[in-house]
Amino acid sequence: MNIFDNILTLVTFLPLLGAAILLFVPANDDAGKDLARWIALLTSVVTLILSLWMWARFDNSNAGFQFVENYEWIGSSIGYRMGVDGVSVLFVVLTALLLPACVLASWTSIQNRVREYMLVFLVLETMCIGVFTTLDLAMFYVFFEGSLIPMFLIIGIWGGARRIQAAYKFFFYSFTGTVLMLLAIMAMYWQAGTLDIRKLLAFHFDPSVQFWLWIGFFASFAVKMPMWPFHRWLPEAHVEAPTAGSVILAAILLKLGGYGFIRFSLAMFPDASLQFAPFVFTLSVAAIILTSLVALVQTDMKKLIAYSSVAHMGFVTMGIFSGNVMAVHGAVFQMISHGIVSAALFLCVGVVYDRMHTREISAYGGLVEPMPRYAVAFMVFTMANVGLPGTSGFIGEFLTMIGTFQVNTWVVFFSAFGVILSAAYALWLYRRIIFGALTKESLKGILDLNLREVAVLAPLVILTILFGFYPAPILDATAASVNLIAENFSKAIGDTAALVAAAN
Amino acid sequence: MIQAIVFFPLIGALVAGLLGRIIGHRTSEYLTTGLLIVSALLAWVVFSGYWFAPAEAEASVTKVEILRWVTSGPLELNWILRVDTLTAVMLVVVTTVSSLVHVYSIGYMADDPYRARFFAYLSLFTFAMLMLVTADNFLQMFFGWEGVGLMSYLLIGFWYTRPSANAAAIKAFVVNRVGDFGFALGIFAAFMVLGHLGFDDAFAAVAGQAGKTMHFLSWDFDAMTVVCLLLFMGAMGKSAQFLLHTWLPDAMEGPTPVSALIHAATMVTAGVFMVARLSPMFDASPFAMSVVFTVGAITAFFAATVGLVQNDIKRVIAYSTCSQLGYMFVALGAGVYSAGIFHLFTHAFFKALLFLGAGSVIHAMHHEQDMRNMGGLAKKIPRTYWMMLIGTLALTGVGIPGTPLGFAGFFSKDAIIETAYAVGGNLGTFGFWALVIAAMFTSFYSWRLIHLTFHGEARWGHAHAPADAHDHSSHAEPDTDHGHSHEPHESPNVMLVPLYVLAAGAVLAGVVWHENFFGHAEEITEFFKGAVTVSTERMEAAHAVPVLVSWSATIAMLIGFGAAWYMYMVDKAAPARLAAANPGLYKFLLNKWYFDELYDLIFVRPANYLGTALWKGFDDWLVDQTIVEGLGHRVRDVTNRVVKLQSGYLYHYAFVMLIGIALLLTWVIVSAGLLG
Repeated sequence: MNIFDNILTLVTFLPLLGAAILLFVPANDDAGKDLARWIALLTSVVTLILSLWMWARFDNSNAGFQFVENYEWIGSSIGYRMGVDGVSVLFVVLTALLLPACVLASWTSIQNRVREYMLVFLVLETMCIGVFTTLDLAMFYVFFEGSLIPMFLIIGIWGGARRIQAAYKFFFYSFTGTVLMLLAIMAMYWQAGTLDIRKLLAFHFDPSVQFWLWIGFFASFAVKMPMWPFHRWLPEAHVEAPTAGSVILAAILLKLGGYGFIRFSLAMFPDASLQFAPFVFTLSVAAIILTSLVALVQTDMKKLIAYSSVAHMGFVTMGIFSGNVMAVHGAVFQMISHGIVSAALFLCVGVVYDRMHTREISAYGGLVEPMPRYAVAFMVFTMANVGLPGTSGFIGEFLTMIGTFQVNTWVVFFSAFGVILSAAYALWLYRRIIFGALTKESLKGILDLNLREVAVLAPLVILTILFGFYPAPILDATAASVNLIAENFSKAIGDTAALVAAAN
Repeated sequence: MIQAIVFFPLIGALVAGLLGRIIGHRTSEYLTTGLLIVSALLAWVVFSGYWFAPAEAEASVTKVEILRWVTSGPLELNWILRVDTLTAVMLVVVTTVSSLVHVYSIGYMADDPYRARFFAYLSLFTFAMLMLVTADNFLQMFFGWEGVGLMSYLLIGFWYTRPSANAAAIKAFVVNRVGDFGFALGIFAAFMVLGHLGFDDAFAAVAGQAGKTMHFLSWDFDAMTVVCLLLFMGAMGKSAQFLLHTWLPDAMEGPTPVSALIHAATMVTAGVFMVARLSPMFDASPFAMSVVFTVGAITAFFAATVGLVQNDIKRVIAYSTCSQLGYMFVALGAGVYSAGIFHLFTHAFFKALLFLGAGSVIHAMHHEQDMRNMGGLAKKIPRTYWMMLIGTLALTGVGIPGTPLGFAGFFSKDAIIETAYAVGGNLGTFGFWALVIAAMFTSFYSWRLIHLTFHGEARWGHAHAPADAHDHSSHAEPDTDHGHSHEPHESPNVMLVPLYVLAAGAVLAGVVWHENFFGHAEEITEFFKGAVTVSTERMEAAHAVPVLVSWSATIAMLIGFGAAWYMYMVDKAAPARLAAANPGLYKFLLNKWYFDELYDLIFVRPANYLGTALWKGFDDWLVDQTIVEGLGHRVRDVTNRVVKLQSGYLYHYAFVMLIGIALLLTWVIVSAGLLG
């Protein structure tokens, strides 16, 4: 039997297996803690290798789903179905890439309930990868919802001072959204008679039904994304979460929303997407401008980066609902790039937090002298956050904007203000932490990145710059599927337009 | 060859930047400098190829493809190095000035503890600038554009312990981003209108766009006008034109070699280069051209007025740069692109010379920059004095009209003034007078600088208060611990030789290349071979101006010289009297027309205020406390009434409840599947 027949099952559930093994790790003495860390690291690295192998075997020219597994479970309606296409494959790799980084980033900073911590992270990995690999809507819902619980625990148990409130708020927002999505899923089932995503993609929902289904999914994804003004949970969750929790939250969990928008809202409800596009554009522009302004005045490093994440996700939603090739392509790229860059930024915050135990920007200054390596890494990620050409952050912003410009110039006109504002808040942050004179007594003995931290950040620095100069690996892998989605979208709305024209 | 020119600086930057601490400062300096000198020599070889090539030579454009870049739908963009005459001119300017600045910095930065980093930045800047000038499509140009912006940010803030340097660095980057806002939108619009982002394809599509409109925002505008004006906004930011000029004077916080390289000779001219490169597009929009013309004329005049009263030696030169960039844009706006590039070319030599000369003065004065504390330096640092004098003669445009005798600036500045006059009408008259008056002011402030710095009695020595407006405590600043001797000293040869080379350029660049840039239309066409558009009609008009117009710049220059001589050499109380007689005007000029204050009031403060209001008011108060927590309270009130909670830990109960709902609903859907 060929391993590639079941590669997706392997990649998805291997972390869960690691989690199961962790259950048998004995007490929480030092040896047990170390064992738990090594098991988690080993599991996540093997998962990463498998996912890279899968990517290597992925056929870029095939727009459909690959590595498909399909087993009927409950009649033909619900089944165990796996498969990835160009839109989802890279998210699997991204998740697998960041998990080892999370384990390493928590190596010494987490001393409390290490076994449980690692266990929860591995479960979270399975849930996140599962969202991208499943081809069954019921399973999608389970994975999507299932990712909430590990994250809730991570914030609630290993978080900061106000962790309970933050965890509750995170759950409250996300859950309210998903309830509406669940209703929509049930309605889709009654309409189409199946929850097989491939069949649903081919099914044509009546525009009046699409309207309500779109709203149901929107409620869930908009909170997840998060779109303005449903973003309020995010800064709080980030501030309270441990470093690795923030990494997964920003890099992966937010992308579940964007992935959902492309896979479901745009692909299955094209008429409604077109109808709601101005609404989404408005919220996207609000996210880009308003949250950038808010980021400008933050005093907490993590909050600032969290608000900048909301702004960057604004480009993603804007691109998705423009629906043309460049814009959707850019949205996918922006999500991958933001996954790398925001993860790296939160890791950077974690580095100094581990040393000084404060996230207050005013507690820092002049770090370039004692921490030159850190300063370089932070500069690269700051520039990627600003969207400087030559970093991965630029390609996504550029493609979403040039694509959207063909659809609506006002939206791009406003979103381009983000170009100015992101430079202002990111450089202002950098200047207050890294530059200036080293006058604070507490910072005098601070140490530069150690080997473990370099091992975590160096690959991210390399990827950020590599994808800035040579984004082809990402763009090529996604091109065929994005073309198909954009083509179907324009065909669907073209049909609508033709109908309207005929009716007149 | 072109790959070597572009990538040698990158190699130097990477080695010095990444391995600087291992290989040491000296090796880093020699390596980056050596590579750049090779790069510059090769650039001259390439340039000679274009200079001497016969008119009908084939393949006037060379393209070297490096790597794929962005491929998405209709977009297909690659990294390509493109060389034509325009690029060749820029290659020569960039690599020559850069290599000289590298050499000069070996002396100027000799005591800085972070020299390897400094040289890595300089080389990386040069690489980004070379990528800009060799761009074959809009996006690569934008890459270079932003890349030089980043390096400018890092170099302005090089002495990072100074708050003022950090503030200036951020200001430079953010104000440039305001311009980039327009540039980016311009690229999008160009793609929508022309369908291509590669230059050749885009230019080919311009012809079909004449008279067409595009729907931009809510209105229909002439398509090419929208595209060009948006792109020009980027040029205004990078080239510090009126309204977006505020960052340039502050950028003088960077080390002086940086000012010479980035803020005089190369980066700030990127806007001029951009408009010239896109000349086929600008030609298609007369309205955009007149905007370019007007903005240039206003800038030339405005910056010259501010330059009259500044006391910081570098700021005088910075405003002068701003003003000269305005001249270049006037030429572009008049449609005589070659004249704009001509001034860019000559200006690079004499302005870099002036900046490096000023650096030599500052070096001699132990980092004193206020001209009020100088004076009488001609005897102390004679070589620097003579070089500064040559730079001033070139800047003020000394020469004899009608003969091939004159310094570099004489040819190019006169060319622009004649061009402006030839435009005619109200616009041409306005531009002409703005430039002539600016020329007079230029002459005045340049000679004022020379008199205050080099002539008259020495005002240093006794009056050198240690705490006087500059930071002696900063360890990063070189040369502060030269002991107690405040005696000015001549700079070492490693700093003087670059001055000699630039001085040669400042003397000869005009005479030698005058015909290529501003001869008859045929000569220019022969030289540029289609790299910029050349209009025979405009060229002939510019050559046919009245004799008085040809003399106007020289007359203005003489008036400025005379006034400066009188006020700073003869009647030394005159400047103070004049300032006292017009206190409002003096303050207005001294405070740079109050632009910084205005922008702070209308942009910076509202942004901060809005940010805080949105954060505290909208996010925290309205969404969080009022709506969400309010909802939570209502839920708790209800549950309190319905069920008697035994302990008050609401969250736990709520959590269990929500999990319950999730399980229930999951069960519902699974069973629904069963039933189906």
